[in-house]
Amino acid sequence: MILENSKKASLVLADGTVFEGKSLGAEGKVIGEVVFTTSMVGYQETLTDPAYCGQIIVQTFPLIGNYGVNSADDAAAYNAAAGYVVRECCEDPSNFRCEGKLEDYLVKNGTVGLCDIDTRSLTRVIREKGVMNGAIVCGDFDKEALLKEINAFDAGCVTAKVSVKEKQSFAAENGKYNVAVLDLGMKNELKDQLLKRGCNVTVMPCGATAEQVLAESPDGVIISGGPGDPAADTAAIETVKALIEKKLPIYAVCKGHQVLAVANGAKITKLKYGHRGASQPVKSLENGKTYITAQNTGYAVEFDTMPAGAAELTHINGNDKVCEGIRYLNIPAFSTQFSPDTSGSPHDTGYLYDRFIKMMEENK
Amino acid sequence: MPLRSDIKKVLVIGSGPIVIGQAAEFDYAGTQACRALKQEGLEVVLINSNPATIMTDKHMADKIYIEPLTLDVVKRIIEIEKPDSVLSTLGGQTGLTLSMQLAEEGFLASHNVKLLGAVPETIHKAEDRQAFKDTMEEINQPCIPSKVVETVEDAMEFATVIDYPVIVRPAFTLGGTGGGIAYTPDELHEIATNGLRLSPITQILVEKCISGWKEIEFEVIRDSKNNVITVCSMENMDPVGVHTGDSIVVAPAVTLTPKEYGMLRSAALNIVQALGVEGGCNCQFALKPDSFEYAVIEVNPRVSRSSALASKATGYPIAKVATKIAIGYSLDEIVNQVTGNTYACFEPTIDYMVVKFPKWPFDKFVYAKKTLGTQMKATGEVMAIAPSFEGGMMKAVRSIELGMDTLTKKAFLELSDEEIEKKLYDVDVDRCFCIFEALKRGISIDRIHEITMVDKWFISKLNNLVKLEAWLAEGELTQEKYETAKKYCYLDSTIERISGQKIKERKLAVYKMVDTCAAEFSAATPYFYNTFDEENEAKEFIETHPTDKKKIIVFGSGPIRIGQGIEFDYCSVHCVWSLKEEGCEAIICNNNPETVSTDFDTGDRLYFDPLTREDVEALIATEKPYGVVVQFGGQTAIKLIKHLTDLGVRILGTSAADVDAAEDRELFDELLEKCGIPRPQGSTVFTTEEALKVANQLGYPVLLRPSYVLGGQNMIIAHCDNDVQEYMTIITATELENPVLIDKYMMGTEVEVDAICDGEDFLIPGIMEHVERAGVHSGDSISVYPCQTLTPHIKRVIIDYTEKLAKALHVIGLVNIQYVVYNHEVYVIEVNPRSSRTVPYISKVTGVPMVDLATKILLGKKLKDMGYQSGLYPSADYIAVKVPVFSFEKLHDVDNQLGPEMKSTGECLGIAKTFGEALLKGLTAAGYKMYDKGGVLISVRDSDKNEVIEIASRFEALGFDIYATGGTASILNRNMIATNHAYRIGKGDPDVISLLESGKINYVISTSETGRQPSRDSVKMRRKAVERSIACLTSIDTANALLECLEMHKSVDDVEMVDITKI
Repeated sequence: MILENSKKASLVLADGTVFEGKSLGAEGKVIGEVVFTTSMVGYQETLTDPAYCGQIIVQTFPLIGNYGVNSADDAAAYNAAAGYVVRECCEDPSNFRCEGKLEDYLVKNGTVGLCDIDTRSLTRVIREKGVMNGAIVCGDFDKEALLKEINAFDAGCVTAKVSVKEKQSFAAENGKYNVAVLDLGMKNELKDQLLKRGCNVTVMPCGATAEQVLAESPDGVIISGGPGDPAADTAAIETVKALIEKKLPIYAVCKGHQVLAVANGAKITKLKYGHRGASQPVKSLENGKTYITAQNTGYAVEFDTMPAGAAELTHINGNDKVCEGIRYLNIPAFSTQFSPDTSGSPHDTGYLYDRFIKMMEENK
Repeated sequence: MPLRSDIKKVLVIGSGPIVIGQAAEFDYAGTQACRALKQEGLEVVLINSNPATIMTDKHMADKIYIEPLTLDVVKRIIEIEKPDSVLSTLGGQTGLTLSMQLAEEGFLASHNVKLLGAVPETIHKAEDRQAFKDTMEEINQPCIPSKVVETVEDAMEFATVIDYPVIVRPAFTLGGTGGGIAYTPDELHEIATNGLRLSPITQILVEKCISGWKEIEFEVIRDSKNNVITVCSMENMDPVGVHTGDSIVVAPAVTLTPKEYGMLRSAALNIVQALGVEGGCNCQFALKPDSFEYAVIEVNPRVSRSSALASKATGYPIAKVATKIAIGYSLDEIVNQVTGNTYACFEPTIDYMVVKFPKWPFDKFVYAKKTLGTQMKATGEVMAIAPSFEGGMMKAVRSIELGMDTLTKKAFLELSDEEIEKKLYDVDVDRCFCIFEALKRGISIDRIHEITMVDKWFISKLNNLVKLEAWLAEGELTQEKYETAKKYCYLDSTIERISGQKIKERKLAVYKMVDTCAAEFSAATPYFYNTFDEENEAKEFIETHPTDKKKIIVFGSGPIRIGQGIEFDYCSVHCVWSLKEEGCEAIICNNNPETVSTDFDTGDRLYFDPLTREDVEALIATEKPYGVVVQFGGQTAIKLIKHLTDLGVRILGTSAADVDAAEDRELFDELLEKCGIPRPQGSTVFTTEEALKVANQLGYPVLLRPSYVLGGQNMIIAHCDNDVQEYMTIITATELENPVLIDKYMMGTEVEVDAICDGEDFLIPGIMEHVERAGVHSGDSISVYPCQTLTPHIKRVIIDYTEKLAKALHVIGLVNIQYVVYNHEVYVIEVNPRSSRTVPYISKVTGVPMVDLATKILLGKKLKDMGYQSGLYPSADYIAVKVPVFSFEKLHDVDNQLGPEMKSTGECLGIAKTFGEALLKGLTAAGYKMYDKGGVLISVRDSDKNEVIEIASRFEALGFDIYATGGTASILNRNMIATNHAYRIGKGDPDVISLLESGKINYVISTSETGRQPSRDSVKMRRKAVERSIACLTSIDTANALLECLEMHKSVDDVEMVDITKI
């Protein structure tokens, strides 16, 4: 509850809509693509999810920061969000692991934030008009000039920013398999899930060539999720194309799923306002069951554009029916638009990792 | 999977009368279920003993039996109707237990009936303590160390192993009846003894007490394809130890990081899968506040109060979806009706906070213990939706109708800081207000947390309100301050009071939508709550859905409480349906999450908000209705009439001035004089001195009550000055806006009439006569339709008076009039120009659709046009007896002697060809057991002693042993009735308590001049009877009625079952 003396800040959208509120976290100005997430918990994981790199994130749930922040729950060692918009940020968080307030965390990470605005109204604008660029500014501003800047803004390919610079290796206890992860903006959870299942993990930078990946003699390759338009990841697409030739078991998640599809000749479409949240229903066409998944994507694979006979559709979104999972027919590869077993919840789709491990087993 | 082809005819078992722990939520669930089944073209047979429900309405099912919910009756109905399936999970614990008994006995199998919803294995695994523990162990879900025992000795032994405190939970009882926390061996002995007796299978669970842990709930839905989702998480503000029905609950859970949230969500999904639930399921967890340690507390494999709350909190219709799953559909085949274009197989996300606040009956039961524990005590609840927890609390506190508009409780202002800190240790209904007061006194958040174990998150949020109020109180009331306070849902009147300044520029609320998806998709079903933002989604919705229909707002009745129960929701919902039928746009505003009226598809639009003047004003400004209806929502709605009239809104029905004429003592007296109708002499007073003076002028006994009340709130019969003084002290403790009424008390036959009037003609569907003489509140009396003892002359007088009163008050719509017939004269006791609690049952037994007719009259139609003649409607072929049901076993220290103050929480109906048979059914449905021999304990006041002689001799003739206390025993013995002497408590052997414990007593007849004070012997004896589940009759007339049944030597099995759709 903010009673007095707080700094004014505004969110300006590319279409000229302005939401005036109060400054939260770091002060300053930031421009990015404005997206909303419907997750009701997991704000710290959201802020550090590399797939949000360069974006201004809007939380649809109005009370954020309730349980504070702690050093163990970052999704990646990367402060992804360019800007952060909430209705109300909790000043007195409560949780036994709480090490500090969200607001201080934002200041520390230099994240420019805005609070005390009607986030539902903002969400409705994005839902109706689609995602668009915007800026958070503190204090007064020249709207015309700012709008020009907002409209001219192009984040470009940010994958390199969020990927490891050098390869990194992690050994599992009694590791049975070697897995190479092509890091397009990986979350720690992915690595942890693999280590937990007895996989030694080598994380490769997004610019790694197929030769460099193969030099690790992996039993299988994971193509991770990450931010932005997959079409811009030209190097990764080339690498994946080459890896496909080797018939190595591949599991691709999130943006990786899109990159794998492009490498196989399919097209990508930009969604109006994306799938971002912890409760996206995904229907498996293999067993008819619907799973609740966590997602964070602005794009989807247009499955119809996949070359005939190359793959089959395994999952679709329960709401808008877009492609959520693919099994390739001629190569030992499959992919999902969601990341299974995200730390917070939902915990419903961990079986996909097991499937990947079985694939490696069979390929040995 | 589509609809199962082997299901054609389904029996739905309802939950019976409203009792604490099982309230309107099951009418809501049952109504959704019946509608969902009918939508699928299935034939629906319904049994429920509760006539006030919407589900027992003629068009809800094909066959409807308002019959006692006993195993034998359900079996007979299955034999008569031959359904192919029984739906077990929508009738609360009653429905579930009956279903399980039918299945376990093999009755269902031998009659080729399938059990839908939960199968016996599932019910067994969830409900049998040991089976549940074993199942949890199998899937590695931690439970609290506990043991199932069947004797007190075993309970005591186990407690020494796990150490005190321990919790006792009886198996198969409602709302935790008979359970409790024991801190010492003595306490355990008492609670265990009681729990074992109340458990139908004499079994209790003794478990380690983990009070202080967080209580978290998940509502889960699973289908036969094993799709499983959580609809909603909820967090109790009160830590483990307080029943969730008595706790302030928020949705979603707020103090959990994704790690704990995910852990518990996964646990919930695993549990539901392991139990094999097909439908809705509620999972309750205890989470240690300082680690990841948790334990499963309880699982309910059925729809519940929590699922009703989760449905309203998210917009996800759990009962409807659960029903569709039960008949074969899978979640991905069921459309999400809120968005209209997504499916039920998703997890709702919300973008607001929901706060549930319980409604306790302690404003009525002033002497009852207000402590909270594992046994639920609330009769109802309200839900508030707001963008913040603080705002939710502010909305909730004014919805709960305690006369409060902030969290400041007046009584606490007088306590010292030390007293407040000491009071924090009490786990009772005022704890949240006490925390608020403690914060105001500067007691630290840490200290409060240490004492209460309430999570600091909640305490800090309450502290925000303390800070806000302090900020408002100091300096100028700036627009910034005003708008901040509005954002946290303060009323204008409250802001002006706290700041002591006038608001310069008022702001009215706007509306946001509840859409299950946090605005991710555009929604088709309009369900709104008010906020203080800029955007008005309701206005947008109205503008984009133009219609030339008349817009009419129906105001609902708020939380279920004693005196204002489910019957007013019945009336509100029927009004809405009739309005829709008449081509109007019907809009509902209400705040009770348990009801059908707040189902998003009942009205054309739903506003889930408090029913206060300002909230209503904002709604009027947004909706700009053609008119409003206040006569169906009980006192809560009718109270708004003057304010609405002042706002210039068209009131459909009786006008504010005429309502006032019926409720204002002087105006009403004038009107009666004009009509030449007598009433018991009386007057109005404000102070104790005035009260004493008037009482002495009238002569004792006198009846005291506040004006503008329902359910006889704070109503007593005073026999002496002391009674008057005691009463006035209590009533003047809260602000006295309206005077207290004092009347001469006449002990005659009470008669009640509901009439429908169109300004010219009037229709009385039936005259009801009360079995108990005046003095017992009409809601607590056994009521008989048609009247049995009135002479044709008296009936004519009543019809004549009713017509005169209806015309004089210009009644348009419904009116309820209570008369007393005393020495062959008819007196008017009160006139309520609105619907009443008898409307649903009279509508059902007479076949006159009272609310429907009244609604059409509000719109301008005439009774004549609808084919009804003026006067008394011809009597039905059946006799209907309404029997009240109480929840005394849940409310310690409440005197169960009936009086002018209403105490019942619900009612049952018995319908039969003769009075005796109908009475037998009614009493059986209400839980009275018919014994043909045994013992009767009699202890009556002097004024009843003559009449009790005949009662006792009839019991004796039936073969009962008679026991009586001092005076009563000697008068009976003198009259040649062999009577055993029972000593007063502690005065000899046997005393009344040991006698009641001996098991020799089947019925108690106890009346006393004064009651209420728990320390009185007579109250102790009556309480003991309640604890031992011995029927306790506190009126000679009730005893007479029971005798009449016993003397018939019949059981319900000998009486015809009546399908009320054929009446």
